[in-house]
Amino acid sequence: MPDHTKSDIDATAPEVPETKGTGEGTTVAGPSRTEREFTVAERSQAQLVIRRFLQHRLAVGSLIVLLAVVLLAFVGGALWKYNVADITPDESQPPSWEHPFGTDAVGHDSFAQVLRGTQISLGVAVLVALIATFVGTIWGAVAGFYRGWLDTVLMRIADLVLTLPLLAVAAVLGDVAGGSWWLIAFIIGGLYWAYVSRVARGVVLSLREKEFIEASKALGASDLRIIFKHLVPNALGSVIVNATILVAIAILIETALSYLGFGVRPPDTSLGLLVSDNQTAVSTRPWLFYFPGLFIIIIALTINFIGDGLRDAFDPQQKKVRA
Amino acid sequence: MLAYALRRLLISVPILIASTFIVFIGGALTANPLNQLQARNPPPPPRVLELERQRLNLDEPLLERYWNWLIGLFQGDFGPSVHSNLDLGSEVIARFGVTFRLIFLAMLIALILAIIVGVISAVKQYTKLDYTFTFFGFLFLAMPSFWFAILLKEAGISFNNAVGEQVLYTIGDSSVYVAGGAWAEFTDVLGHMVLPTISLALLSFAAWSRFQRASMLEVLNSDYVRLARAKGLRRGKVMRKHALRTALIPLTTVTALDLGAIISGAVVTENVYQWRGAGSFLLESIRNDDVYAIQAWLLISATFIILFNLVADLLYGVLDPRIRYA
Repeated sequence: MPDHTKSDIDATAPEVPETKGTGEGTTVAGPSRTEREFTVAERSQAQLVIRRFLQHRLAVGSLIVLLAVVLLAFVGGALWKYNVADITPDESQPPSWEHPFGTDAVGHDSFAQVLRGTQISLGVAVLVALIATFVGTIWGAVAGFYRGWLDTVLMRIADLVLTLPLLAVAAVLGDVAGGSWWLIAFIIGGLYWAYVSRVARGVVLSLREKEFIEASKALGASDLRIIFKHLVPNALGSVIVNATILVAIAILIETALSYLGFGVRPPDTSLGLLVSDNQTAVSTRPWLFYFPGLFIIIIALTINFIGDGLRDAFDPQQKKVRA
Repeated sequence: MLAYALRRLLISVPILIASTFIVFIGGALTANPLNQLQARNPPPPPRVLELERQRLNLDEPLLERYWNWLIGLFQGDFGPSVHSNLDLGSEVIARFGVTFRLIFLAMLIALILAIIVGVISAVKQYTKLDYTFTFFGFLFLAMPSFWFAILLKEAGISFNNAVGEQVLYTIGDSSVYVAGGAWAEFTDVLGHMVLPTISLALLSFAAWSRFQRASMLEVLNSDYVRLARAKGLRRGKVMRKHALRTALIPLTTVTALDLGAIISGAVVTENVYQWRGAGSFLLESIRNDDVYAIQAWLLISATFIILFNLVADLLYGVLDPRIRYA
């Protein structure tokens, strides 16, 4: 991604009336000598990205849906009249106004359970994305920037982690960890960083060969200056996009782990655990099975669309949307 | 090429050994194989516990235990299981045999479908067909595999009910007893495989078809494809010989990198369809704190992942003439 901070000029902004021809207009008399033919507005890269993103209709729509789900889970979950552990007198009720998602055989309100599950699953997924992105980016960036033996050592360690199927190792560790949500997040994040480090290394490897890095080196810039002034701002786009999509991947891993019984465990709940608990009820009480799955799909789907929109917004070669 | 392959193979061995070491130490520090015995009521006499401790090599220091395990491995001994009469070596290989049947068929189907859908999507970019494929691609990417597998299992059951005959099996990897010789056995296994294979294949298909679409689009917009058209080659020929061939290359790497995820997916799929494959073997071993069994499982899957990646790298060199291994 070339460094184009503050260099994008908006040439399409407010048109200035044509001043050719009549003779009177050619000499602009008056106090404002700075008036030009084009109004040039300076925009930071962040502004450009946001403008481009806002023009991506699917991504903006997804963001709204995702925010609604998050609000529903965290605010709605706190306000809803039933709690996860509450046992209501209604048993095996189909969805109604009283119980929007129905109830299970014991009388638990499924709506409250799904909201609680969404809270936990989202919490795990976001924490996983943060941990894996933080560790993986630094790991891969250091390897790609310094090359040599450090690169070899760091990437071999990452290879080591990559030789093991993630879900299997997470299940082994999850069995010992005992089911608290943040421990599960640390386990998955502690295994997923290796994938992130590979991507980060690739980005840095291609960036460090770019002319503007070479130029700043020739001008005598220190390593730290190059890293913070040139590498970080330019790699930020791919890092943010990857971290976003990682949230979707993490929610699928966490729910699969909880489904197998090695993730989040009772008394707490997660969307995967809810599917697991109700998998025998598909034909008898389908609402118990469908809603948790539907929430996983909505969350993962919207995050993928948002990631897609962000990728387009961060792409400097993007010509379709000229913000 | 051969030298490169050998060198890669040699580098893989220390990685594999290091990975077994980490897993072994991790397993030994966190799991207690005597758990089940100690939890028994009435508690077993101390003599029994002591004997079991010795049988599982728990009386040896940690490093010595690992070293003995590694030496034993070269003699085909995977170490003692918590089930005293179980030979881990033959058990784990038999279980993986069942699972690899599922994995390879699923990968094959996913690859073929992904290539077809990806190429059509790219050639017909921004048409209704492309949008439909894209929609389903995103949907399957966001779908939890276990949830879809359970739904498919339900659909299989209602299909059987509608037909009035057991066509699709929803439980197990094969029937315990099949009358009618080899052909009947074959169709029985096949009938058990249909639904799990679809469940597993869909997982990779979604990602791979998206990838294939992007890679095909990149090639279609390249200069040499435009040149091939400009010099008067027929469209079909350009598509097949110039575009498709080049666009298939990146998929080999992605396929190899995804093997780990597919093995993980197989664990979940087997759990839904109650197969007695490597997946259930792993989950049972974890529940029983059977450290040597977990070790054997991870060793075999890690070996396969490393070998598969090596093959993909070599294949990459064969397919892409721009890459030369010195």
